[in-house]
Amino acid sequence: MKRYSAFAIAREAIRYHSGWERAWRAPEPKAKYDAIIIGAGGHGLATAYYLGKNFGITNVAIVEKGWLGGGNTGRNTTIIRSNYLQDPSAAIYEKSRSLYETMSQDLNYNVMFSPRGVIMLAQTQHEVRGYQRTAHANALQGVPTEWINPQRVKELCPIINLEGPRYPVLGGLWQARGGTARHDAVAWGYARACSDMGMDVIQQCEVTNIRREGGKVVGVDTTKGAIDCDKLGIVVAGHSGDLANMAGFRLPLESVALQALVSEPIKPAMDVVIMANTVHGYLSQSDKGEMVIGGGTDGYNNYTQRGSFHHVEETVRALNETFPMLSRLKMLRQWGGIVDVTGDRSPILSKTPVDGVFINCGWGTGGFKAIPGSGWAMAELMAKGSSPLTDAFGMERFIEGRFIDESVAAGVAH
Amino acid sequence: MLVLECPCCGITAEETEFHAGGEAHLKRFGPESSNEDFENYMFMRQNPKGVHLERWRHNNGCGKWFHAARCTMTLEVFGTYSAQTYEPPKEICDIISAKRPGWLRGAFS
Repeated sequence: MKRYSAFAIAREAIRYHSGWERAWRAPEPKAKYDAIIIGAGGHGLATAYYLGKNFGITNVAIVEKGWLGGGNTGRNTTIIRSNYLQDPSAAIYEKSRSLYETMSQDLNYNVMFSPRGVIMLAQTQHEVRGYQRTAHANALQGVPTEWINPQRVKELCPIINLEGPRYPVLGGLWQARGGTARHDAVAWGYARACSDMGMDVIQQCEVTNIRREGGKVVGVDTTKGAIDCDKLGIVVAGHSGDLANMAGFRLPLESVALQALVSEPIKPAMDVVIMANTVHGYLSQSDKGEMVIGGGTDGYNNYTQRGSFHHVEETVRALNETFPMLSRLKMLRQWGGIVDVTGDRSPILSKTPVDGVFINCGWGTGGFKAIPGSGWAMAELMAKGSSPLTDAFGMERFIEGRFIDESVAAGVAH
Repeated sequence: MLVLECPCCGITAEETEFHAGGEAHLKRFGPESSNEDFENYMFMRQNPKGVHLERWRHNNGCGKWFHAARCTMTLEVFGTYSAQTYEPPKEICDIISAKRPGWLRGAFS
């Protein structure tokens, strides 16, 4: 793999850009791999990358039904933060956020990580108490966050209206090192690095069956033929229940549609990320100038990657009060992704009843921020059989009653 | 936008008039049940790619609960029926079977 650098740009500039290579290979599947990862989204590719980088396991295939990063990785609002309440969450999300800081250098791929800061607005007294509690918890966890008053919110985000009659701004939880990144580039950067290590990223290859012998996984059947493997990682977000069904076990998940939309591009107006959880709206401005807005989930199970229009309407209507300038903007695009939601709004990173099958799912409405940390932890789980980052996230926690309740910190209303 | 007919008051309306209430026909398990039954009842929801039987409430109407049969892959609503039943009625099952041959109720995923 040729490295990307300023020197490479200069070199290509004088030879008509004839020397750029494909970023990753497009191989046909081999008969057998040490490990197969199902799902070439951010989490799956990150898992493969850290299997190779941290544990030297490079005989790996990442199989993908659609195209690389075409699911929730390419559909989210790219917010990165780690201000969660519970200790196990703070550990994995903060690991993830810290990996984002150096990801562009590690992958030699510009993921445009922008630690511009995230404010979670408190617009009810209940939220004030909740976020002050989170700020104290974060202090104990070593995650730098801060409770800020309305005047400080206004300084950080001048376009905000503090005095809304229905949703006044009472303060906010500020994480200065949170921010955004280019979501596609995260998937592309990992895919390029995986391909460089000799791993096979196989797109348009749908898994149709998971083959088992004596309670152990031996391979998968796909639309490109049968592939054998010793270990299998299922990292498919909304479709996890379907894959678990093929492997013969159940998951405590429900799949629902989560929507987002972007406005027409405007000049820079807001250089922080705002999360307004009372009204289910998340707002940031992309480098192109579009206001990127995330909404709430639909109330019913759905696999169609499109949601109900009235949720978009409710989100925008409520945001208009807090951000009056938005009322003049035209919205350009709206889309949905299928998110898998667990009972306690925390993910599942776990061994399964089938020997050799590991599952990483349940990130629900907030998976993008967790991509590198999730991949790091999942790789350790697959290579060693356990990881300090995943111990609390096993699927047995539901039968044991050890929930990691993040229904407030997860932000999106369910 | 889903369009549902409330079987309690007979009104056909858009989904904004209703509220989704999750999986229908859950069997409840209490203190004397096994751990596995209780876990299934509490957390293991049917999450099928296809036919889903679910509860809805006519929030902005008669306020009563009812059941609907809907496809999660196409958002097609096969029909709605009274919640005063442990099993989906035969006419609803017939409609589903005609449109989704081989459909089996409770085939989880």
